[in-house]
Amino acid sequence: MLTHVWIIPLIPALSFVAILAFGKKLPKKGSEIGIASVAICLVLAVTTGIGWINRVNHPPESAHGEAAAATLEGHEAEATAEADHTPADATDQATTEDDHATEATASEDAHATEDAHEASGEAGATEDEGHGTEATSEGDHGEAAAGGEEHAEGEEEHHVTPPVQRNVTWFETGDVTIKAGTLVDGLSALMLVIVTFISLLVHVFSTDYVGGDRRETHYFAFLSLFTAAMLFYVISDNTLQMVVGWELVGLCSFGLIGHWWEEKNNSDAALKAFLTNRVGDIGLLIGVSILYFAAGHSFDVLKLNTMANAGEIRHSLLLIGSLCLITAVMSKSGQFILHTWLPDAMAGPTPVSALIHAATMVVAGIYLVARNYGVFFNGLSIGTANVNALAVVGCVTLLFGAFLAFVQTDIKKVLAYSTVSQLGYMVAALGVGAWTAAIFHLFTHAIFKACLFLGSGSLAHHIHSFDMKKDMGGMRKRMPITHATFVIGTLALMGFPLITAGFWSKDEILAGAHMLGGDGGYKFAVIMGLLGAVCTCAYMTRAYYYVFMGEPRGKSAEHELHENGPRITVPLMILAAGSIVVGYANLPEKVFGIGVPESLSLRFEHFIEPTGVYFPSADNNFSHPEFVPWIALVSALAIIIGAGSAYLWYWKGKGPHGITQRNKLARGGYKVLENKYYLDWLYTDVIVGFIKGPFARATNWFNQNILDGIVNAVGKGARQVGGFVYNRIDQGVVDTVVNASGSGAELTGQGASKFQTGKVQAYAAYLFLGATILAAIFVVVAS
Amino acid sequence: MKDLLNGWGITAAVFLPLVGALVMLAIPKSEETLHKVVALVTSLAVFVVGAALLWDFDYDHTAVLQYAQDKSWIELINARYQVGLDGISLPLLALTVLVVPLVIIYSWDHFPEPHNPKAFLMLILVLETGMIGTFAAQDLLLFFVFFELVLLPMYFMIGVWGGEQRKYASLKFFLYTAFGSALMIVSILAVYFLSPEITSGAQAGMHSFSIPYLSEWGGAGLAKTTALVVFGGFFMGFGIKVPMFPFHTWLPDAHTQAPTQGSVILAAVLLKLGTYGFVRIAIPILPEGAEKWAPVIGGLAVIGIIYGALGCLAQTDMKRLIAFSSVAHMGYVMLGIATLTPFGTNAAIFGMVAHGLITGMLFFIAGSVKDRFHTLEIKRLGGLLLQAPRMGWLLGFSVMASLGLPGLAGFWGEFPAILSAYQPAEGLNVALFRVFMVIAALGTVFAAGYLLWLLQRVAFGTPTEEFEDEHIHDMHLTDYIAWTPMVVLIVVLGIFPGLIFKVTNQAVVHALAGIGG
Repeated sequence: MLTHVWIIPLIPALSFVAILAFGKKLPKKGSEIGIASVAICLVLAVTTGIGWINRVNHPPESAHGEAAAATLEGHEAEATAEADHTPADATDQATTEDDHATEATASEDAHATEDAHEASGEAGATEDEGHGTEATSEGDHGEAAAGGEEHAEGEEEHHVTPPVQRNVTWFETGDVTIKAGTLVDGLSALMLVIVTFISLLVHVFSTDYVGGDRRETHYFAFLSLFTAAMLFYVISDNTLQMVVGWELVGLCSFGLIGHWWEEKNNSDAALKAFLTNRVGDIGLLIGVSILYFAAGHSFDVLKLNTMANAGEIRHSLLLIGSLCLITAVMSKSGQFILHTWLPDAMAGPTPVSALIHAATMVVAGIYLVARNYGVFFNGLSIGTANVNALAVVGCVTLLFGAFLAFVQTDIKKVLAYSTVSQLGYMVAALGVGAWTAAIFHLFTHAIFKACLFLGSGSLAHHIHSFDMKKDMGGMRKRMPITHATFVIGTLALMGFPLITAGFWSKDEILAGAHMLGGDGGYKFAVIMGLLGAVCTCAYMTRAYYYVFMGEPRGKSAEHELHENGPRITVPLMILAAGSIVVGYANLPEKVFGIGVPESLSLRFEHFIEPTGVYFPSADNNFSHPEFVPWIALVSALAIIIGAGSAYLWYWKGKGPHGITQRNKLARGGYKVLENKYYLDWLYTDVIVGFIKGPFARATNWFNQNILDGIVNAVGKGARQVGGFVYNRIDQGVVDTVVNASGSGAELTGQGASKFQTGKVQAYAAYLFLGATILAAIFVVVAS
Repeated sequence: MKDLLNGWGITAAVFLPLVGALVMLAIPKSEETLHKVVALVTSLAVFVVGAALLWDFDYDHTAVLQYAQDKSWIELINARYQVGLDGISLPLLALTVLVVPLVIIYSWDHFPEPHNPKAFLMLILVLETGMIGTFAAQDLLLFFVFFELVLLPMYFMIGVWGGEQRKYASLKFFLYTAFGSALMIVSILAVYFLSPEITSGAQAGMHSFSIPYLSEWGGAGLAKTTALVVFGGFFMGFGIKVPMFPFHTWLPDAHTQAPTQGSVILAAVLLKLGTYGFVRIAIPILPEGAEKWAPVIGGLAVIGIIYGALGCLAQTDMKRLIAFSSVAHMGYVMLGIATLTPFGTNAAIFGMVAHGLITGMLFFIAGSVKDRFHTLEIKRLGGLLLQAPRMGWLLGFSVMASLGLPGLAGFWGEFPAILSAYQPAEGLNVALFRVFMVIAALGTVFAAGYLLWLLQRVAFGTPTEEFEDEHIHDMHLTDYIAWTPMVVLIVVLGIFPGLIFKVTNQAVVHALAGIGG
């Protein structure tokens, strides 16, 4: 399966076509195709994951042997064990490839030869493969070796599991061959599982939630397309393909946000999402271009990052490249100041918000950084600095996003800003060098946030409103399953100690901020992260109060509310269970001094974190944080402070209520939050308004009056000169032309008026005469 | 078969339409159906010839002229009937032979006022001869003749079947391009006289118009300023045709006033004559001049990208908006050419084909909207997805393709052009081109802006009161037939860009041989 992952995105892609083609004629409006395809994908994704775990446990023989030596000696040999694209020196590579060839099965023979070609580093070799031959690097060694090898536990920590890369020629330009291919390592295998898992649950949830919708078929078609695009994105082995996937998920997001496009608000939100992302894409396009040239005319991710880690790319290039890509991350992953589209994206159906705008698509930016961590780590000097752009963006976002969640009355908006804030944690984690923590948090967040979003959908399913203050309240008893799952999701989001997934992942991020980086670590990130945790607990407690406590208000009072059917509650229960269980995937080695058995600790890090030269190593100052007891205690304290103060405020009515009326400063602050820091106003009214309005109109005026004015004036002048020439010039010349065109005019029946054609002839004659004279003069002068 | 193609393939493709037009001349005007059939059969025959040429083409040697013919024509000045196809002209020829029959099919029940299918279809066929001839010609004078031949039918098409301001628009179109042509012929004559005489063979002692011959010469021994000025003539001729800012003002008028068929052909093929001229003639013959002019071309290209986009945002008419978008899109093509790199030029040719298909589609849809609603004023439209869902979805599709969505054809003209601007050919100002790159990348945001805004206003929402109760007919059979191939190609080329890059690459590398050396 590891070499055939390309099948996984293909299935939902076909499903998309199938649903569009005959979804409407099916009894379930095409949802059955969608569900079936995603279910198959999930199975295949899990198979891929298991294949990968096997591969880590029993790494391919030759690679293992090489790597054991390589970790001591340095990178070059390791690179050769790695994949066929690493720019190690040719002789080393050739020997390794020989090893491959000896153990290769018949089908791999071709590829071994191919590797040899590439190793010899000749451009000519690429020509051979220009006709669709497939280059498989590594093949299924994992399974092949699965037979008898036993590895001592201690050795496991050091061995290198090469990623599985497979590619074909996409196109050639100049003497560069651009390839398309797949890359499977722990990271992409994990993403495959997350995406298909959440997608399947969302599909099931949707069959009830959007059942009977006016555009049910299109809805499921887009879900399939989204799943395909996202899967395509995560298995890409080169940045160009990532750009393709990146934009396609954006398209699906656009389509689904604007699902009910009859209302202008929805289509506005869709446009806003697409355009804001396009702004970030400027950075993506430029960043990818820079890195393409930096890696010596290649989009290959492995090659790029290997070169970055080995110091073969100028630092300034890496820095600029990663800064450009950060812009892209800011838009796609909703980082402060380009986050404004994400809350508006809640205009789409709620399951879409869960899948696309919380669990999967918005982490595309995180994935971009994680995938190209060699570039970012070295470009931003993450390992040695105390501050860098990525960490700052993340920290500002996690805090500012959390503030905004306070003033929302719409439950989905609360969750949206919470997503912004949590994505900030992930970016900050990557910024401080805590790679595993970031991905772990991505994983846990995907599950508990999907749980919360689907929960809010379940709440609103009957009342068709997300307004907590006006239309909810007292939902606790009336929807017990939704309530229970929502509480678990909330606790996980708060990071309730020891039992929830959110605790373990968030704690790792904070520990990373404390321990990693140059001397003193990323202090500001620790502080902001803790503050963010306080805020998170407070706003979630507030949301809980409004939704579940008190008496029903507004629409929820008018409706006979009852719990939803199994197609809604079962996904909720699964996700709630996940919100607890997945936290144990990456227990630290020691918790409060108590050792965790080796077979249970750091499993995530062990299987997911890439090994090998395409990932930063100790030589690049990359290291891992450990469990820090005081941070765990402080973050537990943060929960108590946050949740406790919200409890006192809402339940007990304590605290300075009404301060926003009394105090100018508080009122001002509240207003700023209410207006979302005025960013929307700045973007929509000031910038876009100016460009769309006065600026565009001015340009058009310039076009019509200045440029066209000149053209018309020239035309008029020419007409006068032409008239002059027409009257004076030898009639024979003009006559011929006029006659010719006269017959042409008759041919058309109606014809432009004689007067007009006459003019044309005059100009034409004049121009050509002038041209001939000019040419004559010119040739005489030039020669 | 092969011999036949080698000997007569190109000639057949070029002159078959003319034969068809002559046949139609003999048929009385009232026999409308017969005219339609003859025109369609002719264009399909040309398509078959084109397909055979495509089929038989040797894709391993795309830099070599294939199906080449070299017959004497005007012996006195050694202008020859020299034709041939290589990797640069082949995709454009394919585009032409495809688009013309589609346009004829689309016309079937959609003849614009004042009707008269006979004259209309004859003009389209004459136009086809001109277009194919331009792409096939390997002799400068022959090229020029075909290049100019295109002008007349289009002039009449706009002037007779156009909108309210057709006279102004058609005249402007004709004069503006004729003006460029005038300067171009100066340059053609200049390279004719300035290049060395042929030294051997039957034509020894004569100057030559042969494009391969002149490309091989590559302006060797020419004074720098001479190369600069001669290239300037080509620049004006081709640049106006493209059209490049600030010579673009004929385009929105011509497009807006032209009948749908005219707009489609104009966008799909005619604009490419200019960009093709750069790649085929101006750059290979005068590489030194090209290097000098590249910053100017690149600069005007990126100005065009932003300027065209702003122009689009200000438009209130759907068709005029699409017309303006051509200015922006051709900006990417010209930026790719200006880098003088293989990647950039490959992207430019890809961009030409992609723009032809995509903008052609947009004009088709605009034409059908006009046909149903009798207006293209954006604020009067709305809710197209409700009234004519298929058309609405296709508009969405085309808009996405047009804004350069990866996975569809538009992307491969756009992104590689931006990418290659990061590192233009040796000797060009790198810093300047990187500024161009950033501006071009910014242009992608603008493109998304005006296109999606158009989509939102036309397709989303609900119909305006005016058309609320009107029954709007969704796609006709002719629409299905005419649009399907274009949609399919937009998707296929988007997924397999190699289909075009593979054809153009060697030829482009060959054409750029003189750059940086």
